[in-house]
Amino acid sequence: MATMVTTRPVTTKSNTGGTKFPGPNGNGKNGHHRFEPDSNANRYRLGMWVALASIAMLFTALSSAYIVRAGSSNDWVSLTMPRVLLLSTAILLASSVTLELARRNLKAASFNGYARWILITMLLGLSFLGTQLLAWRALARQGVYLVSNPHSSFFYLLTAAHAVHLIGGLLALIFLWIRTLVKREVKVTVTGQAAADAVSIYWHFMDGLWIYLFLLLFLWR
Amino acid sequence: MSETHEGVHRHPAPTGFIRKYIFSIDHKVIGIQYLILALAAVLVGMIMSLLMRLNLSWPGTHWPILETLFPNGAPGGVMNPEFYLSLVTMHGTIMVFFVLTTAPQGGFGNYFLPIQIGAEDMAFPLLNMLSFWVTLVGFIVILLAIVVEGNARVGEWFAALGPSWAGGSGTVGPIGGWTGYAPLSALGKIAGPGQGAGMNLWVISIAIFCVGSLLGALNFITTLLNMRTKGMSLMRMPLTCWAWFTTAVLALLSFPVLLGGGILLLLDRIAGTSFFIPGGLYVSGLLSGSNPNFPLHTGGSPILWQHLFWFFGHPEVYIAILPGMGATSHILATFARKPVFGYRAMVFAIFAIGLLGFFVWGHHMFISGMSPYSAVAFSVLTLSIGVPSAVKTFNWLGTLWGGRIRFTCAMLFALGFVSLFVAGGISGLILGQSSLDLAMHDTYIVPAHFHLVMGVASIFGMFAALYFWFPKMFGRLMNESIGKVHFWITFVGVYCIFVPMHVMGLVGMPRRYAQFTEYEFLHGLHPLVLFVSISAIITISAQLIFYFNVVWSVFKGEKASANPWEATTLEWNTPSPPPHDNFAGVLPVVYHGPYEFAVPGAPKDFVMQTDNSVEVGTNGHNGHH
Repeated sequence: MATMVTTRPVTTKSNTGGTKFPGPNGNGKNGHHRFEPDSNANRYRLGMWVALASIAMLFTALSSAYIVRAGSSNDWVSLTMPRVLLLSTAILLASSVTLELARRNLKAASFNGYARWILITMLLGLSFLGTQLLAWRALARQGVYLVSNPHSSFFYLLTAAHAVHLIGGLLALIFLWIRTLVKREVKVTVTGQAAADAVSIYWHFMDGLWIYLFLLLFLWR
Repeated sequence: MSETHEGVHRHPAPTGFIRKYIFSIDHKVIGIQYLILALAAVLVGMIMSLLMRLNLSWPGTHWPILETLFPNGAPGGVMNPEFYLSLVTMHGTIMVFFVLTTAPQGGFGNYFLPIQIGAEDMAFPLLNMLSFWVTLVGFIVILLAIVVEGNARVGEWFAALGPSWAGGSGTVGPIGGWTGYAPLSALGKIAGPGQGAGMNLWVISIAIFCVGSLLGALNFITTLLNMRTKGMSLMRMPLTCWAWFTTAVLALLSFPVLLGGGILLLLDRIAGTSFFIPGGLYVSGLLSGSNPNFPLHTGGSPILWQHLFWFFGHPEVYIAILPGMGATSHILATFARKPVFGYRAMVFAIFAIGLLGFFVWGHHMFISGMSPYSAVAFSVLTLSIGVPSAVKTFNWLGTLWGGRIRFTCAMLFALGFVSLFVAGGISGLILGQSSLDLAMHDTYIVPAHFHLVMGVASIFGMFAALYFWFPKMFGRLMNESIGKVHFWITFVGVYCIFVPMHVMGLVGMPRRYAQFTEYEFLHGLHPLVLFVSISAIITISAQLIFYFNVVWSVFKGEKASANPWEATTLEWNTPSPPPHDNFAGVLPVVYHGPYEFAVPGAPKDFVMQTDNSVEVGTNGHNGHH
């Protein structure tokens, strides 16, 4: 398929000396043709950042609604923080560390180490969701539900919205893990690296997002 | 295929019918699918506007067909006011979301952005396919909202889903306008006809649409930044690409806000939260909390919905019109045989309009009780959009100035776009001032303004784009004679429809009223109302000519060459229609800016972007060197 990338040879103009065209390469990287694996891999990272911009806007919108709603009336009853949330926060932070370890193993071409740390990250992600459920249960036991008051509405909504996004990241981790099982190759490809990069950007973002939501929910009340 | 070349032509040409035309990941097929969706949606929206005009002009007339279709909404064939209001709502929703957002971006953008930057497909073809199918599901759900309220039997099916899902109220959907203001939209069926299952499906449809648009926007941005061919620097891109890119950025940042608002609204409706519903409401004879059908609500903020909605809603109007601006710039240069005047200024103006679009949402809310100081800020920012808009308009005129203009149908519609953009934009300067808007808000001058500038101008941009690119898409030219008849009737028609509406607005005729028979001070306007309706009927009928032209030309039109308009950009450098991977395996290399017309010393009056045999001077006459 490499023949597909044939391009017209660049000819220098003979009658005029100093022309510079064709100008800089399209994607702004001199000398890098876009079908070099680097640029193909960049597509995953770039696409991920773009996607995160829109996710950030979703949570910005919900945060602004939170702040407006908190200030607009006197029916706001602050929740007491379920202690298990501290545990879930710690677990999610740990999962970012283990994912970073996985990525380093991949960079160092240590394929088995990569597979192991991906699996551990997956399990930590699952435990985070479990502890979030425990937090919901703890609130429900106190008789605090979605409709109880605006703060609880936002608590359930924001944790659920975050969890839905985290499940997306979990599915991506499962995909990466299954791929390590299927491929079993020691050779690390640039695109394979890029996929892992994109997933880890997403996962770290979800980690940071949770810290932000946690602070918003329990400092701004 | 080796791992390192995974990105090269990642999908081979499909062979089966389903993979080729239905679940295709080819951006060209997806673009055409979006256009077909828009052509279907615009038909529904147009029929609704026709019904509204009939009710306004001939109130109380017996329409047998309405009685057959909607026995509850139009008893005896006479529309009841609720039915009219649901028409207003669904006309707006379908037109804004499923026509003005899908066709310019999802349709033409999908088809031509990759070709114009010299890519063989979008960055993520599978996401592209998903974005269309998600949007289509959104459209099916909005049609379901019509049926669930209009048809008693379907309404009963949905009622089984729960207390908030009662339908069959005889309307054709919810009543709340395309803006769905809370608390009306948040209360549920207690608030009246159409507010049960119809409103639920409306919110769900919008949320689904948001997701589809986000997938599309993600793809557009990544494709443009990552997949330009060799030599295609940013300042060598056609202005269409700049417009689609800016539109994608707007969609990416504004649709999530609407999605967030939609989730909150749905929770208020279905779960009984109070994000938007204030306390102490007394609705349909019931006090909030006094009845299981009307649970207790406290402290919600209806204004919060307006902020969330319009933070999306204002960028949305630029999502509708920016692609039209791009197409107009592109087409004016091609048929004036001149470079676009002030290319750089055009790029910055597109960006300035997009950026400012995020800071002016408050001008839709001047009468919401906002602080006058905020209103002044929003007003000043709103009026400042006049600056980049004027830059664009004068540059269009500069492009035309002294050109050897070829009056093709595409050119006529592009000129029509400029005309409508100016005519509709002028009243924006009036409405954008809070002091004037206080008097004019919710009168007919508002629909007159936004229909001209955002509705009809955008549609003209799409018409121009379709007449221009049709030969590339289908390998055949559209019929120019039929097209000119279509243009002149439509062009004169839309002015006849919307200019009198300005007068009605100044007199004080309120928008969204089903009829005006009971308002004596408006009786004098009835001839004008009749004139608008007759103009609308003629203009809508003329669109049948357009539909005929499209269908006829696909099969019987004159065969088109690769470059029938003698244009310069990459899409004209490949056969009509383009092969599966756009350039038959040989990606073009770009040597020039996009609008090298009338280059001194060149053998022809246009220099293709790929033509490296001609030296284009750096005299800065089009400012992109």
